[in-house]
Amino acid sequence: MSLSEDDVRRVARLSRLAVSADELPRLQQDLSRILDLAAELKAIDTQGVAPMAHPGADAVALRPDVVTESNRRDAYQAVAPQVEDGLYLVPKVIE
Amino acid sequence: MNLDTLLDGPLRGLAGALARREVQAAEVARAYLDRIAAANALLNCFITVDRERSLHEAEAADRWLDARAAGGADAPASTLLPPQLSGLLAGVPVAHKDIFCAEGWRTTCGSRMLENFVAPYDAHVITRFRAAGAVTLGRANMDEFAMGSSNENSWFGPVRNPWDTSRVPGGSSGGSAAAVAAGLAPAATGTDTGGSIRQPAAWCGVSGIKPTYGRVSRYGMIAFASSLDQGGAFARRAEDLALLLDVMAGHDARDATSAVRQDGSFTGLLGQDLTGLRVGVPRDWFGSGLAAGIGTAVQAALEQLQRQGCVLVDIDLPASRHAIPAYYVIAPAECSSNLSRFDGVRFGHRAAGYRDLTELYERSRAEGFGAEVKRRILIGSYVLSHGYYDAYYLQAQKVRRLIADDFTRAFASCDLIAGPVTPTSAFRLGACNEDPVQMYLEDMYTIPVNLAGLPGMSIPAGFDNGLPVGLQLIGPWWQEARLLQVAHAYQQHTDWHRARPAGVPGVSA
Repeated sequence: MSLSEDDVRRVARLSRLAVSADELPRLQQDLSRILDLAAELKAIDTQGVAPMAHPGADAVALRPDVVTESNRRDAYQAVAPQVEDGLYLVPKVIE
Repeated sequence: MNLDTLLDGPLRGLAGALARREVQAAEVARAYLDRIAAANALLNCFITVDRERSLHEAEAADRWLDARAAGGADAPASTLLPPQLSGLLAGVPVAHKDIFCAEGWRTTCGSRMLENFVAPYDAHVITRFRAAGAVTLGRANMDEFAMGSSNENSWFGPVRNPWDTSRVPGGSSGGSAAAVAAGLAPAATGTDTGGSIRQPAAWCGVSGIKPTYGRVSRYGMIAFASSLDQGGAFARRAEDLALLLDVMAGHDARDATSAVRQDGSFTGLLGQDLTGLRVGVPRDWFGSGLAAGIGTAVQAALEQLQRQGCVLVDIDLPASRHAIPAYYVIAPAECSSNLSRFDGVRFGHRAAGYRDLTELYERSRAEGFGAEVKRRILIGSYVLSHGYYDAYYLQAQKVRRLIADDFTRAFASCDLIAGPVTPTSAFRLGACNEDPVQMYLEDMYTIPVNLAGLPGMSIPAGFDNGLPVGLQLIGPWWQEARLLQVAHAYQQHTDWHRARPAGVPGVSA
């Protein structure tokens, strides 16, 4: 397998995804299969080929750096799990 | 005219009858909502149906149409659309894939993460449909966050294929495709990142179009892989799709990749003769990977195009055989970045128990996302991480360039490309459960088109053991009108798009 259980734990941490011990073997197997598929890329000769990040023929449009949004805080916070006085509530991060 | 005949006819006919006030929008909406009420328990095409809200929209359309018929109204309140498009679809019901944010409608993206999310704003596509007067018929089921090719990855359960309910409809826009196939909607929106419009269109026997990247604004369309995602539509006929695209497409300053184009109506070439059009055929796509029944049907479709005046030319797309590995690096990379916004803080699911902020993130995401979404996020994080970026991500982007360059070369000798949409027809529910990679291979002919940003279609082209087969049409950049011309001409000479599945509850076939 191209990934170890430690590799899976590492990317799970990077991804901010809790992974239980029961899930690890199956994930290790599935992710390794996907990476095996991707391994085919390594053998392709791409010398001198410019990477294509985006299909756009034209450059991505820029807009003036001005505020265009109206204040819709209440509407946006109506779908938040926990808010108070217009603030999003999260566990304390600074002791 | 019999209402059923009108509902199953061309969109233009329905819109015309509504405009002439021969039928009421509320009556049309009620007829479809009744069909949905009868069939959705079996097919599960819709995640959310809100009869009252839909009828409310329909009554508003009726009022506007009445006022216009009486000579009193200019246009709907919006000045977004040019006059010829304003109210163009007044009273016409459309099912929206549950990925397009629509104010007041629950927008789940097929995920537990957004199970209770009611969008606070409209996607650009929704804004345009509203301005055209279309009525929202409901929110179509889909693979979670548009990741999947079978619609089995929905938190709200799989969609069943109306042609054989033991089989999948394809995905990710499976609910949209199945709804149109079953007669539960005359039109539906979809999105296509690696084949998510064309593959379910093929497997459900309806017409679907993925426009050129940049044609339809992605504003308010929940992002999966931003350099590949593109909104599009499903309907029975190519001419219906042209009408839908006239409404959907258009520049939007809120999407930096939205194109500024003056190409005119997508109906512009409908009815024009095909004589002399050069159709490129990628012979590599007809190899051993292609099911025999599909090869036969697609070959027959190519011969039909030839009889209608097209000239077939063989083309080579050698790098497209690497499209699947390139895609399964690029799409997960972009997905891992896009889906980082779901953190249990600002919207979406939040876990019940956590000790600190990291645990809040990790548990909320672990509970909110399904297995396929997690796999893609994890793969994305891996290929973007230090030490692997060059070998996987950068290399995949270079291969993407090779694939796109093949198309550019091919279009020097042809006006469009035609071939299969999928290597097999619809599989049984659960057939790919053990090996997610096996399902990835279903998109081998559709993914290259997304990587290159080209417009593509699937139109019904026959059956393989009773299951629909699609013909794929691929055009150069911005040539949707050409694809629609060819598809429409084909549908003037064939009946595949008229075939209807039997046994849909509440719908007379």
